Amino acid sequence: MDSVLYEAQRQGRISFYMTSFGEEALIGSAAALDPKDHVFGQYREAGVLLQRGFTLEQFMNQCYSNELDQGKGRQMPVHYGSKELHFQTISSPLATQIPQASGAAYAMRREGNKQCVVCYFGEGAASEGDFHAGLNMAATLGCPVIFYCRNNGYAISTPSIEQYRGDGIASRGIGYGIDTIRVDGNDIWAIYEATKAARKLAVEQNKPVLIEAMTYRVSHHSTSDDSSAYRSKKEVEDWSKRDNPLARMRAWLMNKGWWEKSEDVEVTKAAKAAVLKAFADAEKLKKPAVSEMYTDVYDEMIPELVREKAEIDALLKKYPDYYQVNDYAKST
Amino acid sequence: MSAALKSLFKTPAAARLASRSPRALFGSIRYNTTVAGEQITVREALNAAIDEEMERDEKVWLLGEEVAQYNGAYKVTALFDTPITEMGFAGIAVGAAFHGTKPICEFMTFNFAMQAIDQVVNSGAKTYYMSGGSTSCPIVFRGPNGAAAGVGAQHSQDYASWYGQIPGLKVVSPYDAEDAKGLMKAAIRDPNPVIVLENELMYGTSFPATAEMASKDFVIPLGKAKTMREGTDLTIVTYSRPVAFAMEAAELLAKEGINVEVLNLRSIRPLDLDAIIKSVKKTNHLMTVEQGFPQFGVGSEVSAQIMESEAFDYLDAPVCRVTGADVPMPYAQNLESLALPDTEVIYKQVKRVLNIE
Ligand SMILES: Cc1ncc(C[n+]2csc(CCOP(=O)(O)OP(=O)(O)O)c2C)c(N)n1
Ligand SMILES: [Mg+2]
Repeated sequence: MDSVLYEAQRQGRISFYMTSFGEEALIGSAAALDPKDHVFGQYREAGVLLQRGFTLEQFMNQCYSNELDQGKGRQMPVHYGSKELHFQTISSPLATQIPQASGAAYAMRREGNKQCVVCYFGEGAASEGDFHAGLNMAATLGCPVIFYCRNNGYAISTPSIEQYRGDGIASRGIGYGIDTIRVDGNDIWAIYEATKAARKLAVEQNKPVLIEAMTYRVSHHSTSDDSSAYRSKKEVEDWSKRDNPLARMRAWLMNKGWWEKSEDVEVTKAAKAAVLKAFADAEKLKKPAVSEMYTDVYDEMIPELVREKAEIDALLKKYPDYYQVNDYAKST
Repeated sequence: MSAALKSLFKTPAAARLASRSPRALFGSIRYNTTVAGEQITVREALNAAIDEEMERDEKVWLLGEEVAQYNGAYKVTALFDTPITEMGFAGIAVGAAFHGTKPICEFMTFNFAMQAIDQVVNSGAKTYYMSGGSTSCPIVFRGPNGAAAGVGAQHSQDYASWYGQIPGLKVVSPYDAEDAKGLMKAAIRDPNPVIVLENELMYGTSFPATAEMASKDFVIPLGKAKTMREGTDLTIVTYSRPVAFAMEAAELLAKEGINVEVLNLRSIRPLDLDAIIKSVKKTNHLMTVEQGFPQFGVGSEVSAQIMESEAFDYLDAPVCRVTGADVPMPYAQNLESLALPDTEVIYKQVKRVLNIE
């Protein structure tokens, strides 16, 4: 999916994209959660949504802002969200999700329903004041929240060594009196076990937990970034060869005798076909309905917008060809 | 953790960093100059202004996120790379300014400066007053402002009216290369906190460099508007990128015998009310154009001040505000362009105000 959508951006078919290459093991954390646990992401957590059952079609529809995009085409690509899957819509300003996650967890605690919140963020975002406020409040209020830091070595061009001088992000959790664990972020099982234990602590004892997962961002930061300007190709290649979560998982399965090369080829082929089909389908769909242009700024449309909508509706009815009405979904 | 993982987090970059101080790096960057007669982009003009002022005054230095590696997130010169903490580095810049240096604090965009606005407004702008004039804050906050292209609701806002409200701040918004160079140099030399609201979509646009611009002392006075085009029928007051649209509309209207005067505000605060009054007295019609939201915008302020001035009696029609649409910026490209004023909207509105077919 990442390769296809990355290429689609390069060809100008979508405006923006961010891949998760090198950080695929993150999916292990999703597997350790209850599907009703509420997730706050940063933007590089498509794996969590995938694990929860967000379909390839849904990913594609969001990136294409078409009529089936649940966000009605109002957000940049990759800013996914799904109310059914308990995944908060991604917001661009960094780290704002961290205190929000603490607040959501506090609300959950008051409800007493034995769920928790999981909040993902990068080591760069952890420099923001919101990170510190969010952790301290979660600790003092006893919020059932798992803070999951993806320490992937870079924040756009800034390497971790220039982001902080302490012992990573984990040392900060200890300072706030938060149970903290650092895991190999390229080891899916380590992540799974750590998250499972963290969830137990959060849900049973109403405590926050901080997980720092050490990994490497193989991707460029986004399609607006060319990382060769600040790191060598060799560094990236070395990482991909030496310590890649997918390669490690594959080798592990094969060593166990649970996975064959032929199966690998077959599964990869099938996945690729499914992605390409979802991609082609999404591209063919119509744009969101024109009537959606007026909704959701407030719960009820303000009188001025009601007037404007009536005016436009009349025009569309009169000149359907000029306004290419057929390119859009049916208005309500 | 695997050995490979360990190495990344303890790289020899520490050694590299240790030798990096603002001045230490100065010798290695390309020095930007302005040559009269040549074309110069807004980006080059800003770079040249900063380079010249750093050369001129030891106390001037630059900080921001994503700046050192890229020569600025938007390839404008910068020297001191910070962790991602807008509130933090704005506070550091304010503190360094209190202590007598002259920081230029660069935001990746003013949209992210919202995280730091307490430092800018409550400390940067007010300390001089609250300290009885004993502690000044000679600082420049700069960065791209307003809509870029296709970056949705959270990256596209115009903050001119936000900062324009604050006593203690000066706020400028350059349009072309001349504005960029002259206003940036003036902002750096000014002893007050100055906000420079740039426009990302203008960075790559070229303009001819004049002989005056080539001078190392080319500064544009803060608080003075520039008449971009003389006219007799209607005054358009605008700033930043829409100046281009106003000029294009004026060009079209001229072909129909309508003479529009275009005022480029340059400064949002102080506002050059005298220039607007003078122009309105001549044209008897006023229109404001901005990309920001309509309510409590720059146009609202201009109309209110004109209403309270002697120019009110000279108006032959109500003031017309052309602004961005009153919705969060849509992500879709077609809706985004419809949400922003362009040449056509200005052209039509001028005719409407003048009551011409
Ligand atoms: C408040 C704010 N400041 C700056 C940015 C620009 N920005 C977007 S992503 C990013 C880097 C974040 O790095 P990190 O948190 O390590 O996450 P990663 O990209 O490595 O997954 C920056 C600086 C932003 N989106 N919001
Ligand atoms: Mg990172």
